Amino acid sequence: MQTVSFKLNGKPVAAVVGPVESLRDALREKLHVYSVKAGCGQGGCGSCTVLVSGDPIVSCLMPARVAEGLEIITLEGIGTPAQLHPLQQAFYDNFAAQCGFCTAGMITVAKALLDRNAHPTREEIVEALAGNLCRCTGYLPIISAVQDAATRMNRGG
Amino acid sequence: MAKVLGRGIAALHYPTGMNLGGDPTQALIYAQPTGGFVVKLASTDLGQGLKTVVGQIAAEALSVPLDSVIVDTGDTDNAPHCMGTFASRATHRAGNAVIMAANEAKEALLQVAAQELEASPHDLVMADGEIWVRGSPARKTTVFDVALAAHFKYGKTISGRGMFLKPKSPIDPDTGACDPDSTEAHVTTVANVEVDTETGEVKVLKLSSAYEVGRQVNPKMLEGQIVGGAVMGTGIALMESCFPSYPALEPHPASFNDYVMMTAADVPQIESVVLEYPSVDGPYGVKGVGEMTANSPLPAIVNAIYDAVGVWITELPVTPERLLRALEAQEPK
Amino acid sequence: MKQLRIVGQSVKRRDGMGHVTGQTQYVDDITYPHMLWLRMVRSPIARGKVRTLDTSCAEAYPGVAAVVTWRDVPNNWYTILGLIGVGPNDEPVLAHEQVMWKGEPIAAVVAETEEIARAAAALVRVDIDELPPVRDVFEALAPGAPIIKEWGTNTFMYEGMPMRRVRFGNVDEAFAAADHIVEGTYQTTPYEHVPLETQTCVVKPEPDGRLTIHSNTQALYFTLDNTAIILNVPSNRLRMIGGTVGGGFGGKVDVVAEPVTAIASMKTGRPVKWRWTRAEEFQASSTAGAWRMEYKDGIKKDGHIIARKVRALHDAGAYHRHSPYGVTKHAANLQGPYYIPNVWVDAYCVYTNRQPASALRGFGVTPASFAVEVQMDKIARTIGMDPWEIRFVNAYRNGQMKAIQKQVEDATLVETLQAAAKLIGHPLPEKLLAMHSNDWKGA
Repeated sequence: MQTVSFKLNGKPVAAVVGPVESLRDALREKLHVYSVKAGCGQGGCGSCTVLVSGDPIVSCLMPARVAEGLEIITLEGIGTPAQLHPLQQAFYDNFAAQCGFCTAGMITVAKALLDRNAHPTREEIVEALAGNLCRCTGYLPIISAVQDAATRMNRGG
Repeated sequence: MAKVLGRGIAALHYPTGMNLGGDPTQALIYAQPTGGFVVKLASTDLGQGLKTVVGQIAAEALSVPLDSVIVDTGDTDNAPHCMGTFASRATHRAGNAVIMAANEAKEALLQVAAQELEASPHDLVMADGEIWVRGSPARKTTVFDVALAAHFKYGKTISGRGMFLKPKSPIDPDTGACDPDSTEAHVTTVANVEVDTETGEVKVLKLSSAYEVGRQVNPKMLEGQIVGGAVMGTGIALMESCFPSYPALEPHPASFNDYVMMTAADVPQIESVVLEYPSVDGPYGVKGVGEMTANSPLPAIVNAIYDAVGVWITELPVTPERLLRALEAQEPK
Repeated sequence: MKQLRIVGQSVKRRDGMGHVTGQTQYVDDITYPHMLWLRMVRSPIARGKVRTLDTSCAEAYPGVAAVVTWRDVPNNWYTILGLIGVGPNDEPVLAHEQVMWKGEPIAAVVAETEEIARAAAALVRVDIDELPPVRDVFEALAPGAPIIKEWGTNTFMYEGMPMRRVRFGNVDEAFAAADHIVEGTYQTTPYEHVPLETQTCVVKPEPDGRLTIHSNTQALYFTLDNTAIILNVPSNRLRMIGGTVGGGFGGKVDVVAEPVTAIASMKTGRPVKWRWTRAEEFQASSTAGAWRMEYKDGIKKDGHIIARKVRALHDAGAYHRHSPYGVTKHAANLQGPYYIPNVWVDAYCVYTNRQPASALRGFGVTPASFAVEVQMDKIARTIGMDPWEIRFVNAYRNGQMKAIQKQVEDATLVETLQAAAKLIGHPLPEKLLAMHSNDWKGA
C-alpha cells in the first residue's frame, strides 16, 4: 500500500491505495466520490470518466498511484446544486438523463470537449460522446443537451 | 458493389400488464398537516420516470399543485405491495392505484372543507390546491388550511388507499383461450436503411414512427422511451449477440469489446408522432409503452433490407457476415 | 378527451437534478462499516456431475470471512414461479450435485475487500465430471437426446402437454380454401439487457434480527418473498429498500443476488455487498433467449390471411426462470395486431445447457412481432400487394375475435398506419385513408 496525493476538484487530497487499485475505486471507496460509476471495469462504458489534467480518462483503467501530483476533476467539481454548470442545466432541461447512471461520465466528457472547442459541430459532439455508452436515452437528448449547453455558454449564459 | 437504399415498414401491437394478469399494485396517500401529500408505493423507477409520472397522476387526481406531492418509493417497511416494474405495467397499475387512493383522500379532504365552509361537499369545487363553493367563489379555503383543521381541530385523517388488480385469467390448455392483457398499444414504424453490398454493413438512416399510447402522461418522457427503444432495437437487430456463433456455446462475450452495442455515433434520425385513444381501463386512458419501443425496429429494418437488396435475412442479428452470405446465395431478384 | 392540468405536461423529472449533479444514490453507493465484499465462484463447464467441492483453501485465505455453499442455503431452490403458481422447482440457489450451464453459481467467497474475495475465489476447487451439453432446441428434442430435467423431458410441461397450444377455428380447412400459402422460418439468438448499472445488493443485519436488503431489483416484494422462502424465514423478517435502478430492461427481476448475499450476511453477522461484474452481467445474468419460429400462412387473393400455423421453440437455457411464462405470452400474441380467423400454435419452452433466458424488454412478444411483420412483407411480395395495403386489410378492428378468444377493444393499428404514412409523406389511396378501427360491422 502507498499514499497517493493529488488535487481533487481543486482541493488537495491523499489516499492509501494498493499497487493495482484503480483511480475509480480509490475515488469511490477511499474518497467517497460516488458520481464516478463502476459500470464495467474494462474501459468500455465510460461511466467512470474523470478529467485528468483536463483530459477525459476512464478511471477504471488508471492505477490510482499514477494520479500522484495531478489535477483530477469529477462531476462534483464541474458544478454543484447551488451553482450548476450549463451542461448540467442543459441535461436537466433536455431530459438527457433517464436512469442517470451514464450521466456523470457524459457530462464530464462533454465538459472536456467544450473546454477545448467552444463551437463544436454536431459531428464533433458525437465523436466526443462515442466512447460513453447509454442504454436508456438513445443518445439524441444527450447530443441535444451538449449543443444546448454550448449555445448557452457562447451566449454567456 | 454499391450502397443501396431501402425502406421497410412494420406495424405492431404491445400488451399492457403481466401476461394473464394477477399482478396487483397498491398505493397509500396521506396529507401532512400543512397540506402536502405523500404517495407511498413500493414500485421501482428504472429510469423511465415512474416517480415523475406518479407525482403527476397524484397531483391531477388530488387537484393540488404538482410540487405539493411527495412520491416515496420503495421500501417494503413503508409501502404496500407492488408486483414490480416489468411487462409495461407500472404506469397502468400504479397510476390506477394512485387515482383510487387520491379519490379517497380527496373525499376526506372535501368533507372537512365542507364543515369549514358550512356547505355540502357536493357543492364544492377544487382545483390547484384551492377549494370554493360552486357559484360563491368568495367562500373559499385552501388545502393548507383544511389540512391544519383536519389534524388539529376535527381529528380527521385525510388519507386514501388504492389498489389495482386485473384478476388472474385462466388459460385453456387445449385452445389457449385466455384474457392475457389489459389493453394494447400500437405502432407503425418506417425504417430507411443503406446497405453496403461490399462490406455487408447496414446503416439505419431514419426511423419514423406513429405511436398510439392511450394517453401521454409526460410527452418528453414518452419521447425518451421512443428514442431509447429505437436505438436499443436497432442494436438488437444489427449487432447484439451473447453467442455470436449460436448454437455454439463459444465464443461468449464478456466485455464491451466483444458485445457490440449502439453508440452515439450509430444513432439514426428518429422522428415520431403520438396518437391518443384512451384505453378502457388505464389511468386517464394510459396504455403501457416501456417495452414496445424496442420492438418495431427489428422487422422494419429486415423489411427495408429486403427492399434494398432483395434478400430476407430472417436470423438476427443481421451482421455483415450474415448479409454477405445471403447476398452470395441470392437468387436473381 | 378530458382536458387535464398536469397529466399531459412535460414536467421535469423529479430525479433529474440528482442525476445531473451525481447525487442520485444507487445501491453501489451504499456502504456500511465493516462491510464485506462477495465474489461468486461459477461453473466453468456447461454440464456435469459435481464430484467434490473444496473451499478450505479459500476459507483459510487471509481476509476471508466465510465461504457460502449449498450447505448454507436453508431452502436451496430459486422458486420464482412458485409464487405465481407455476412449478416445479428446478434451479438451485447454489449448485449441489450437478451443473447445468457454464456460469452456474457454486460458492460465494466473502472477504474484507473485493480484491481479496476475487483472489480467494480462485482457490475454490470444484471437481466436475463433464457431460456432453445440449446446445439448442433441436439437440434437446432429438430422439435419444440426453434428458437434462428430472421430470423426464427437455420441455416445460403445460398441464401434461409439452407445449403451449392455441387452437382457433380450423386451419386445415382454411389452408385448403386459401389462394396462396406463404411459409417462413425466423430465428433470434440470445442478447442481453446491458443496463449501465450491474446487479448489486447490500445486506445489513439489524439488531432485532431482521435483515435490511438494499437492492436494484425491479420488483421489491417479489424479491423479498422469494428471498424469504429461500432463507426459510417469515417475509416480515426482511426489509427491502430500493426503487432507484440504473436501468432494468427485465434483467433485474430474477432473484439471483439477494438470497446468497443475505445468507453471507447472516453467516458472518456483518454487512455484505455483492456487485456483479460486467463479465457476470454478460455471461451469467439472464438473457433474451433464442427463438425459432416456423410460420405457415394461408391467404386469399384479396389479401386476407385466413389461416396461420406456427411452431415456436424457445431456448430457455438451463432453468425455468420466467421462460414458461414468456412462451405463454408469446403464444397469446402470435396473430399480431391482425384478424386471423383460423390459428394453430404449438409453442415449446425447451431446456438446454446454456446461460438461462428470462424476461427482457418485450419478452416473448419481440420475437413474435419480428416474425409476424417480416412474414407480412413476405406475404405482400408473394401475392403482389402493397405492404401498406396488406396491413390495412388485415388490421384487427374493435369487436373482432382474437385467436385466444378475447374480443378486440382499444384497437388503433389502422390509425397508426395512416399517421406513419402521413409523417413520411407517403400518399395512401382513399380507400385506405377511409378505414378506421371501428369500421367492422360484425360477423
